[in-house]
Amino acid sequence: MALLELDGVSVRFGERTVLDAVDLTVAEHETVCVLGPSGSGKSTLLRVIAGLQPAAGRVRLGGADQGGVPVHRRGVGLMFQDHQLFPQRDVGGNVAFGLRMHGVGRAEREARVAELLELVGLPGAGRRAVSSLSGGEQQRVALARALAPRPRLLMLDEPLGQLDRGLRERLVVELRGLFSALGTTVLAVTHDQGEAFALADRVVVMREGRIAQAGTPLEVWRRPASEFVARFLGFENVVAGRVASGTAETVWGAVPVPAGTAEGECRLFVRPGGVRVVPVGAGVACEVVSRTFRGTHVSLGLRVLAGGPVLEAECELAGAPEVGASVGVGFDPADVVLLP
Amino acid sequence: MTARAGDGAQSRAAGTGVRATAARLALMALPLAFFGLFFAYPVAAIVGRGFDTDAGWEPGRIGEVLGRPDIAGVLWFTTWQALASTALTLVIALPGAYVFARFDFPGKQLLRAVVTVPFVLPTVVVGSAFLALVGRGGLLDELWGVRLDTSVWAILLAHVFFNYAVVVRTVGGLWAQLDPRQEEAARVLGASRFGAWRRVTLPALGPAVAAAALMVFLFTFSSFGVVQILGGPAYATLEVEVYRQTAQLLDLPTAAVLTMVQFAAVGLILAVHAATVRRRETALRLVDPALTARRVHGAGQRALLGGVLLTVAVLIVLPLGVLVERSFDTPAGYGAAYYRALQDEGAGGGTFLVPPLEAIGNSLEYALAATGIALVVGGLAAAALTRRAGPLVRGFDALLMLPLGVSAVTVGFGFLITLDEPPLDLRTSWILVPLAQALVGVPFVVRTMLPVLRAVDGRLREAAAVLGASPLRAWREVDLPLVRRALLVAAGFAFAVSLGEFGATVFIARPDRPTLPVAVARLLGRAGELNYGQAMALSTILMGVCAVSLLVLERLRPERSSGEF
Repeated sequence: MALLELDGVSVRFGERTVLDAVDLTVAEHETVCVLGPSGSGKSTLLRVIAGLQPAAGRVRLGGADQGGVPVHRRGVGLMFQDHQLFPQRDVGGNVAFGLRMHGVGRAEREARVAELLELVGLPGAGRRAVSSLSGGEQQRVALARALAPRPRLLMLDEPLGQLDRGLRERLVVELRGLFSALGTTVLAVTHDQGEAFALADRVVVMREGRIAQAGTPLEVWRRPASEFVARFLGFENVVAGRVASGTAETVWGAVPVPAGTAEGECRLFVRPGGVRVVPVGAGVACEVVSRTFRGTHVSLGLRVLAGGPVLEAECELAGAPEVGASVGVGFDPADVVLLP
Repeated sequence: MTARAGDGAQSRAAGTGVRATAARLALMALPLAFFGLFFAYPVAAIVGRGFDTDAGWEPGRIGEVLGRPDIAGVLWFTTWQALASTALTLVIALPGAYVFARFDFPGKQLLRAVVTVPFVLPTVVVGSAFLALVGRGGLLDELWGVRLDTSVWAILLAHVFFNYAVVVRTVGGLWAQLDPRQEEAARVLGASRFGAWRRVTLPALGPAVAAAALMVFLFTFSSFGVVQILGGPAYATLEVEVYRQTAQLLDLPTAAVLTMVQFAAVGLILAVHAATVRRRETALRLVDPALTARRVHGAGQRALLGGVLLTVAVLIVLPLGVLVERSFDTPAGYGAAYYRALQDEGAGGGTFLVPPLEAIGNSLEYALAATGIALVVGGLAAAALTRRAGPLVRGFDALLMLPLGVSAVTVGFGFLITLDEPPLDLRTSWILVPLAQALVGVPFVVRTMLPVLRAVDGRLREAAAVLGASPLRAWREVDLPLVRRALLVAAGFAFAVSLGEFGATVFIARPDRPTLPVAVARLLGRAGELNYGQAMALSTILMGVCAVSLLVLERLRPERSSGEF
């Protein structure tokens, strides 16, 4: 059953359209991640749902229209980008805040606070001042505070944005486990694709206030719906071509395309992993113009001698060619994707 | 369908805007009514009475009055003494601002409190203190036979004494928060030490210096108590002249013209001040002041610190010390005779219907009531002004500052002639005095509360709302705890200025219920050693009450405030 339904939600700030007729549905117990570059309207979307931002269109929660329902009666949780913990209250006071607002008695409140602090991995931290917390701890307190009143929908604004990489990767796993254990319905926004793909059941990519693509992480990853989505996901090897009998003629030479591709003009991209470096003479002639060590592999920038945009290729650490070397390039059909 | 739903939501959005405006107007209603009834109406009535003679309205009087040589002299003196006082205050206080901002030395907190004491002192006390220092039979007179009370220097020095803290707090407060790394960046790029200061720090400080200078100019331009006591018959500011014309010569038309002139001048000063404040709000990189202060090292810095300490000692501590000393210096040697005489009903040669000591109780009672009124009115106004908005609200902001500069004498006299008939016959009501005192308290409450209220991150309120707090509850749970200290500080300031209010109170306080400043002025107005001694004793008591409330404030004041007062 759909817990959240957005129907033609639009927000304008003066001349600028921040959200443009957004339709979105989130099912109960589902975790949806809205992914997009900064300025694409993600945070505004959350503010509209929370009732903090007036908007045109309809917001329904559990089937009920939320127009005219003030923020504090919507029963949603929102974890702010920079947490917004109340500086004058200790950790316990922050977590208990929503419970007090809902008239929960003292004994039950204390039990719930202890339970939540345990849940987010900060047992016994109730008396600590929020100013004494590290970034990761603040994160956990903010999460506990948002979860405490048992919101029907939990919204997270860049939940892991300010944390360092190692902590982020650990927390993503923890959060995913936590949400599936609690059965919480979650709507998160982030600009980090890794975070979105790791956290979400479904990913919604936004661009300039519109939804560019929605689908499971795998779908979006395998078949980006547009050049924008492809480039946003880091696929820069985009080129125009003409399909004839199983291959596309491009400035990079002949690129094999999946079987059944319609003949004629097209745009396609090749994932870096599908660009194979082969000895000179075999394949398309290129010159190595950059070489970046990525830990598990080396990323190469290849200038195709025949012209066209620089190709990005991934290759093994051992035997990676030096900058200036001449190489040949072949394409793996499994990593070639046609753009609609 | 979608379009219709959209329209509905749009009108809902517009509805919240209308509601917000309505809420703000509701908050402003009481402050507006208060200022309309107890400020605009009395002042307008006095001015109107001045022009509305038997021969009908005579606006032509303005030119006539301003053309009189004695009035022209008053205008000229008022302006140049204010300019001279401002320049002198800046020259003397700017090194102090630097020392307080950038140096770390033992006793800094205490010294900061000490230099602020004069600002909350009643003008009458400041006048008495300087009289005790440079007046007839004063310390300098006794030691070297030097008397300054017939010269303008006494007035200028008293003005510096009074406003030193304005510059130190306004300029020093900002200076302490300027990131020193900005100057360091300029140095690395090749600027000399002085060049870096001139090109980086000075432009950042400029608006603060201008704002402080304007405040000092405003206070000294409308100076009353100090000039009244130290100026003698030779020197009069506009405010003193308004008082003389109203209370002594009963020449209302002339007083009305002078009030108008002062009103216009003050309005102009406030408009310029508002403009500089707005410029000051432009983004600067501010840091925690605790990080910018350094230990003193090197002969140059030690000399600067020493110079500032000496200035404070001579200019601020000495007059206050002499005041206390005089209050105990009886003909029969040091003792508390003057204090004992204050309990005496016949004290002051029949000037009082009651023992002067009762003035303490009166003053405290009035000041407490005035503080309450100022907190309610000022608090509501500050709440309404929290959200930055259009020119209307900005105008309201400036309006709140007007009572600081408009002739208190006019307000006091206006009270007497306007609030004397039903439905508002307050002439015999004790509330009249607190109402007049609250007028000067409100600007301080607004000025103290506003920056703190504006600094409350709006998203904290949103966080509370999402967690289920209604708007009122969110205010109580989020804003109130954050502004509680500021509220107490505001209360303290309102209390101190109410306690010291003189210009309006002198008109409306009933003879059998004088306040401390009124009692001091009456005692000073009489000849005789005993009266003088009692005036010193009462001033000392008044100073004590003000200093104690200020020291409490200093404890409460949040570390990172850069308020104006």
